[in-house]
Amino acid sequence: MSSANQSLPIDISSLSKAYGAVKALDDVSLNIAAGEFLTLLGPSGSGKTTLLMALAGFVRPDGGSIRFGDREMIATPPHKRGLGMVFQSYALFPFMTVAENVAYPLKIRGVSKSDQKTRAERALDTVQLGGYGDRRITQMSGGQRQRVALARAMVFEPQIILMDEPLSALDKKLREHMQIELKALHQKLDATVVYVTHDQREALTMSDRIAVVNHGRIEQVETPERLYRQPHSFFVADFVGESMSAPVKVANDRAHLGESVLKSDLPIAQGSGGHRLVIRPELLEVTSGAVPETANDLSGRVNDIIYQGDSVLVIVQNDNAGEINVRVPANRAGQTGLPSKGEQIGLALHPEDTIIVPEHVS
Amino acid sequence: MEQVGQRKIDGLWLMVVGIAVLFFLILPTLIVIPMSFSGASFLEFPPTSFSFRWYETYFTSPEWMSATKTSLIAAVLTTAIATPLGSLCAYGLHCSTPRIRSTAQILVIMPIVVPVILIAVGVFSLYAKLGLNYTLTGIVIAHTALALPFVIVTVMSGLQNYDFDQELAARSLGASRAYALWTVTVPQVKFSIQTGAFLAFITSLDEVVISMLVSGGENATITRRMFNSLRDQLDPTIAAISTCLIVVSVGMLIGVQLIGRSKNADK
Repeated sequence: MSSANQSLPIDISSLSKAYGAVKALDDVSLNIAAGEFLTLLGPSGSGKTTLLMALAGFVRPDGGSIRFGDREMIATPPHKRGLGMVFQSYALFPFMTVAENVAYPLKIRGVSKSDQKTRAERALDTVQLGGYGDRRITQMSGGQRQRVALARAMVFEPQIILMDEPLSALDKKLREHMQIELKALHQKLDATVVYVTHDQREALTMSDRIAVVNHGRIEQVETPERLYRQPHSFFVADFVGESMSAPVKVANDRAHLGESVLKSDLPIAQGSGGHRLVIRPELLEVTSGAVPETANDLSGRVNDIIYQGDSVLVIVQNDNAGEINVRVPANRAGQTGLPSKGEQIGLALHPEDTIIVPEHVS
Repeated sequence: MEQVGQRKIDGLWLMVVGIAVLFFLILPTLIVIPMSFSGASFLEFPPTSFSFRWYETYFTSPEWMSATKTSLIAAVLTTAIATPLGSLCAYGLHCSTPRIRSTAQILVIMPIVVPVILIAVGVFSLYAKLGLNYTLTGIVIAHTALALPFVIVTVMSGLQNYDFDQELAARSLGASRAYALWTVTVPQVKFSIQTGAFLAFITSLDEVVISMLVSGGENATITRRMFNSLRDQLDPTIAAISTCLIVVSVGMLIGVQLIGRSKNADK
């Protein structure tokens, strides 16, 4: 909204929180750059919301440190952290008008009545709700309420904005639209955004970086593309994107699938519990003849063909890897003709797409 | 067709039973009203003559007026103490863990479940040591203990329908906890708090058993005096007082309902 405020970096180190025997946060360390859009991605119960609530000050960690810029925040109460926060339930105040909701943080900060009005209007304009100020919250649709919540969280120009699954109550179409809009909004605001979601596609769409949270720990922090293409653990590979996997044996930095050595350009991450080959359906190539020498051969017999509108899923039985799903774009599949059930087809997995991950990160 | 007929008969039955129950609930209350306008000098129903003399007796008697004053002051003070205390207690329980909440709930409901006579005896013995018997302070403390559960239960049920994230949102937006509670939470459970306050007031005003034991002298409550007069002289003054009490209670009930309705219309 204005460049007067400078976004702040967030440094989390050795943060821990236990509920009885359950470690909701297990020695979590994470550095979030100023102005970054970072997403905490994980299944429910992974600890991502606990981490966000610890940042907000609503969960008191057992130990560790949270710094906004160079200020230690661990003992600061929520209302003195200067954060904007957007809740899953929107948490709008139903007995106030839209404008009164948006002006609430300004009122607390002792901003004059006239300034409150102009700033609230400007914030509503930013979320494309100009002129809606006098409406009641109950007159607003789900998507509009989400925008009001956003306007309220940014009207006082916080340097950090936290969002807890803000789009999960919206229908799919609106959600996808709001993802793009939020991303654009982040570029306009000079604020560090920490975003919580369990929706991997949402995380990939919006984030500068994604921190994958599992069992109270951060498994990997990466840009969306690298996270998708080079997951560090089977959990990350499985949680982000669609995939199948097959156990492989790793010896001397080389992975063996059955008898054959897998050719891979990607480093094999260390870990425990053995390794797995991760096969993403869209990364496989159906070859017309034999699979070229440079690629890994996952050829097999076609078990089934499933039409899914935008693409066709071909299910192939491979001797070493078991059942493999292959996604073929609907357009090209239509041109070149699909294989038929029972047919033997060539499947190539290229070395740059050959992902081998440990079962658990070390 | 036959089924529809059957359903009609079932519906008729339900109505008859419902009306009968309503009558049994309300009739004993209403019967004192005509009795209060009787001209006779003893309680009779139906009254054979009409007069306002018992109202006159009530409003001109210094003893009755003093008892009424004591009762009203006790009820107002009880409401003034029990309402904020009970509301805060409900808020605290709402924020605490389910285990603490369920344990505390049992303790809090206790005064409703335990026979009042036991509480009265206990309070009387305790007050004997503390020198609180026959004092207004004593009455107010005992009545507050009785009224608290009603406030707590109504406010807790109000909080259950309230999205607590709103208070968190207010706090994240810069409001201290107390300010968030006052400006965001309280306005939304206002109706429950008002209902709780009403129940606290009525609890104190109607209370007989504890008042019998711990109130007396110049601090006798109206219920205590009514009870004694019922025993000693049985004249229709009691009917007149009862009618006044009914008018006050029903008036307040209607008031609370009207406030609730206008608040719902707001939504």
